[in-house]
Amino acid sequence: MAEKKKINLNRVPIPKQEPAVRRRNFNEVALGYTEEQAIEEANRCIECKKAGCKDGCPVDVDIPEFVKAVCDHDMPEAVRILKSKNSLPGICGRVCPQETQCEMTCNLAKKGAPVAIGRLERYVADWERAHPEVIERQKERIKFGGKKIAVVGSGPAGLTCAADLAKLGHEVTILEALHVAGGVLMYGIPEFRLPKAIVQAEVDYVKSLGVEIEFDQVIGKIAIVDELLKNGYDAVFLAPGAGAPMFLNIPGENLSGIYSANEFLTRTNLMKAYLFPDYDTPIKVGQKVAVFGGGNVAMDASRCALRLGAEEVYIIYRRSKVEMPARAEERENAEEEGVSFKLLTNPKRFIGDEQGKVKAVECYEMELGEPDESGRRRPIRKPGTEHIIDIDLAIIALGTKPNPIIPSTTKGLELTRWGTIRTDEATGRTSRDRVWCGGDMATGAATVISAMGAGKRAAADIDAYLRG
Amino acid sequence: MYRILAREDLAPNIHLFKVEAPGVAQKAQPGQFVIIRSDEKGERIPLTIADWDKGEGSVTIVFMEVGATTRKLALLDAGDSILNFVGPLGRPTEIEKFGTVVCVAGGFAIATIVPIARAMKQVGNKVIAIMGFRTKDLVFWEERLGSVSHELIVTTDDGSYKRKGLVTEPLKELLQESKVDRVIAIGPTVMMKFSSLTTKPFGVKTIVSLNPIMVDGTGMCGCCRVSVGGETKFVCVDGPDFDGHDVDWDLLVNRQRSYLDEEKKAIELWETRKVKVVENG
Repeated sequence: MAEKKKINLNRVPIPKQEPAVRRRNFNEVALGYTEEQAIEEANRCIECKKAGCKDGCPVDVDIPEFVKAVCDHDMPEAVRILKSKNSLPGICGRVCPQETQCEMTCNLAKKGAPVAIGRLERYVADWERAHPEVIERQKERIKFGGKKIAVVGSGPAGLTCAADLAKLGHEVTILEALHVAGGVLMYGIPEFRLPKAIVQAEVDYVKSLGVEIEFDQVIGKIAIVDELLKNGYDAVFLAPGAGAPMFLNIPGENLSGIYSANEFLTRTNLMKAYLFPDYDTPIKVGQKVAVFGGGNVAMDASRCALRLGAEEVYIIYRRSKVEMPARAEERENAEEEGVSFKLLTNPKRFIGDEQGKVKAVECYEMELGEPDESGRRRPIRKPGTEHIIDIDLAIIALGTKPNPIIPSTTKGLELTRWGTIRTDEATGRTSRDRVWCGGDMATGAATVISAMGAGKRAAADIDAYLRG
Repeated sequence: MYRILAREDLAPNIHLFKVEAPGVAQKAQPGQFVIIRSDEKGERIPLTIADWDKGEGSVTIVFMEVGATTRKLALLDAGDSILNFVGPLGRPTEIEKFGTVVCVAGGFAIATIVPIARAMKQVGNKVIAIMGFRTKDLVFWEERLGSVSHELIVTTDDGSYKRKGLVTEPLKELLQESKVDRVIAIGPTVMMKFSSLTTKPFGVKTIVSLNPIMVDGTGMCGCCRVSVGGETKFVCVDGPDFDGHDVDWDLLVNRQRSYLDEEKKAIELWETRKVKVVENG
């Protein structure tokens, strides 16, 4: 064991594009560590006997070991350690909320400066992509045990489950409804936060393990779950994602120029509407854009609107900044880029012009009362505070509810009162024999990494089940 | 990739593709649609399923050249492929023995109404079909629709073929003269709106198949939302069929017109590109 390291509380900052520049382009905001920066940061790890970081990781990455490998300049070893537990490190290094996971339980967090585990993970993943010969060397040997598994959806839960099952020697086919793999990583999270080339490189890694991906497969329509089980699959893992967008249910909500965040982001990211007319899918570029909601999706939508060319972008949120569910880092990025926050504000109705296009939103001021069931202080309408905000585009980012296509076509699948599929958290089992579920369809909207954790646990349970 | 097995030009700008899509063919039912994407840079557009053949594993779509995407599609021929072909989506049309069913179709929607009329006839309804076109040159499938209905009325707006006038005129006469139990009206939005207005005073349930703009077609984006009976519905998963008397038609038209400027720009660009594509074979 090395001698005890001196504590260094200076986290190595990650280089970023300047706010004034990045607010008008779709290139990645955070530029990633150089090798020197990565090694300097990794050296801040004090190699605790009882490593807290690992407890905070939903997919059990051997964090102290991979950080040590970075310290030792042994990047191939760091890649090997990371990938043995996490098939999507380039994605996780960018979009995991490390501040509430591994970096929160890092022992240096008590001193206010946890090791930047996420940035190191990203560095190692990017190093691997730049050194493809390492992938060759590491390629897993595939031995099929004759068992076939259908994974419905190729988002974080589906990709993780598929990769783990393939590593365990099973034959896996992913059935994807859209025309590319990645789910929310492709249609939802914008290019400037998670470049699509990174997602596709990690999808390619999953395919290199022997996983097949079929596109245009809307399960519940082209085939129902029972048909998959009847026609050769021994087990089905359902990971179709969050599904249907929620709206505000206020007058004027269907005027033209009002998008759900899902639609706005899908057009922008999946369909590349920011490259219209080179790409065929159009999008409205507002001058004054209002985004409703306070989560990461609201931040993503507001920052996309800026990059598409909006003059002014408002985040309209009914509580105050502290209650915002968005990651602090994303909120700060949005603020730096010039998004204005209209807090303690809630919409009453949308107002349209004679062509049925949105031209304004009438809002109330709010104040905070006693905490509600979510533990956050309940927003209360202040009477007589109605005011009009001129806008020409609105994006509603209030979250999603489960898409009914699979639940309504699968007999005997028990649902929760929220319409999600009732799932055992530890194993991913549903009320149906040979059917597992994970990700947002099991939990309601959550994070990429929690979906990955569910995919991992389900893969282990499916493997145990299939081996009898 | 989904291979085009056959192409037919039904009218100068209305085309039929028979596409190899065995999975979709196994499950298709009257009234459902597919989402297609022609190429890597293409948009996703919904097209109604006109016919299918389980044995052959094929699905037939009929489309009219309107925007850049459908113009691009029109350059494809038998042997070419469509990149994405997703379906069958939406709920099927409700097929039951109602009694007398009037099937009204305008323009290229004739192709959509054929499988519906056929299914309605098969379960024992008396089917009266009305097909309307702008002018004689655009008329197609007169015989085909005739073969799946008991009675067929053909109209042209300019009177150049058969009866002169709009489809709503013979529809109104039928409602006045006989007992009609259900009306299915499919075609351009205005035609569906006026068919619904025609049947409303007679209290005859009228089903329309709505055609808003869509993206994913699976209930994920909400682009296709419409207001029906005061409630917001997603056409892709709750429809495309709705009770025409409850649809907020003005809202639908406004939302359909959301991208008029962008569509114009895309068409202009495509027309310049098309010259190159055609020249280069």
